[in-house]
Amino acid sequence: MLDRLRRPWPDDRAERTLGAVSLLIFVCVVAMVVFVALRAWPIFAHNGLSWLLPGGDLHGQITNMVNAPANPPPAVYHLRAWPLIYGTLLSGVIAVALGLGIALLASIFIVEFAPASLRRITIPTIRLLASVPSVIYGLIGILVLVPFIGNHVISASEKASVQTLVQLNGTGVLVSVVILTVMITPIMVALICEALSSVPVSWREGAMALGVNRLRAMLAVTVPAARPAIVAAAVLAGARALGEAVMIQMVSGSVFFSPKPTDGVVFFFEPLRTLASTIIDYNDGVGAPALRSALYAFALLLLFAALTLSVGGYLVKLPLRKYQTRG
Amino acid sequence: MRTWRWRDRLVLAGAWIAGLGLCTIAAAIVLYMGYRGVQYLRPGLIFESPQVSQSQAGSGGFLDPLEGTALLALIGITIALPLALCAAVWIVEYGRPSWLARVVESSIEVVAGTPDIVIAIFGLAIFQMSLLAPFSVRASGGGVFGRSFIAAGAMMSLIALPPLFVATRNGLQSTPVHMREAAFALGKTRIATIRRVLLPGVRSDIATGVTLGVSRIIGDTAIILLLLGGTARLEPQGSVPIFNLLRGTGSTLTSYVYGNSPAGEGLAPQKAYAAAVVLLAFVLGLNLLVDFIGRRQASASGLAVGSAIV
Repeated sequence: MLDRLRRPWPDDRAERTLGAVSLLIFVCVVAMVVFVALRAWPIFAHNGLSWLLPGGDLHGQITNMVNAPANPPPAVYHLRAWPLIYGTLLSGVIAVALGLGIALLASIFIVEFAPASLRRITIPTIRLLASVPSVIYGLIGILVLVPFIGNHVISASEKASVQTLVQLNGTGVLVSVVILTVMITPIMVALICEALSSVPVSWREGAMALGVNRLRAMLAVTVPAARPAIVAAAVLAGARALGEAVMIQMVSGSVFFSPKPTDGVVFFFEPLRTLASTIIDYNDGVGAPALRSALYAFALLLLFAALTLSVGGYLVKLPLRKYQTRG
Repeated sequence: MRTWRWRDRLVLAGAWIAGLGLCTIAAAIVLYMGYRGVQYLRPGLIFESPQVSQSQAGSGGFLDPLEGTALLALIGITIALPLALCAAVWIVEYGRPSWLARVVESSIEVVAGTPDIVIAIFGLAIFQMSLLAPFSVRASGGGVFGRSFIAAGAMMSLIALPPLFVATRNGLQSTPVHMREAAFALGKTRIATIRRVLLPGVRSDIATGVTLGVSRIIGDTAIILLLLGGTARLEPQGSVPIFNLLRGTGSTLTSYVYGNSPAGEGLAPQKAYAAAVVLLAFVLGLNLLVDFIGRRQASASGLAVGSAIV
């Protein structure tokens, strides 16, 4: 046996072996979907799809699940998880919207306006921002930003205004969204820069020859040409934002509470909870069957969202193929 | 510039502010952590094991988390490297049938897009099967704990896989066809060409991939929190020398930072800062290493790098 391995491999056997090993990755992805779906099944069996809807006291439902006996009665499986979905969407959508604007401006700066010396510093610095571990962002958030906002930004009257519902201590929408924006913007900058610089410079020069200034040429010619990639960048960054768990768990307050936009300024200081951060909060409780099923249902929803977004990102990028030759 | 309309000037100013602002944030994070490092980081911390203590002075250092981080990076890369190499070689050099190659490539993209928390909870589902009980501890109730270095390392390999694969694939794709043709002309088979010509040629791409993979692994927290058991020290299980460590539990720098921050149980912000500084230094170092490999590669091949971006 060993002797056969040591001899030079025939080509067809090498091809089959390599192919088989590669297929393991596909098997792994299928296993991931199947396992998570199987474990989430009880929630779907008891609630159908209505567990995605609002209604009911989510805190009470989860507490029931935590305290349930090993063979819980069906009533324990009752779940209406909308507050978590709302929290996930709220933080994700605001962060992507803010980040997209910043990333677009920063990319235009890098591709068109930054002097060469500055560009050499800017690109690695922004890449560094993308590789800072999320726990460090969370640490800075919880030890620096949260106390600052809790002690200096939120006024006593604002704290009193929602005192009966929730305590404001600085954790919440504002800090979560700000840090999330900082985390996902570099990803968008990288993708948008790549797209902008793959649009032939001659197109821009053509516009400038017609008397348009550099910025207008950029905005009128290059940015629209790269639009599919910009949308794809936003979509991929959105996938990252929805799945961010640790940082959000650290700075969001981790309270079952839906921030209400009607509260005015206080809205930004209200705590929230997302799907991913709930999994971190309750991961010790996976022994309880109902809670386990709920956590896997959250994971399945995240997986589904990530899959949808990456397929979406791929589809919107297709039209860009025709610019692939670099000018 | 003087003839520009004020709206254009405003947008231009916005572009400068956005670009420089991001750099400022990055610099502020590094400087602030550096300042905290000078304040709280003592060489002794790196060589002491964590102790259970109420005060920050008595709670020891983070030797075990450091070892845990290194061990996980090792396990993760050991599993991910062969997988990524096989997949990249197969897709670029063979790729038949093409729909199957497409399927494998898409699955790697799916893995890359999956949030780490989902990968973590998937790992919990896998390693809590009684079939895989030998890889972790069996709890007193008979259930499988499902948390160990093997469990966390296996899932970490999924985190490291996409950057490794992409780096190797890009390297192979940019290897000129005439190198393959020359090898074939000398009578080498395809697989011999891959082993003797192509893989040595893309060594620096593989090194870049490994560096990126390691930096992904050491920065990940969600998988550690769910799959490493959350003991401050390395807790070997059983009596087989190395295997007992692998099926035991422990901690890493990320979980140490998390655990000592107000979000975890231990309220020891000084220790959290000190460990975070070490973690950030590793990540920075790996970043520089990627740049260094890239630059050396560019000068060695004599090719001008078309776009320096990304």
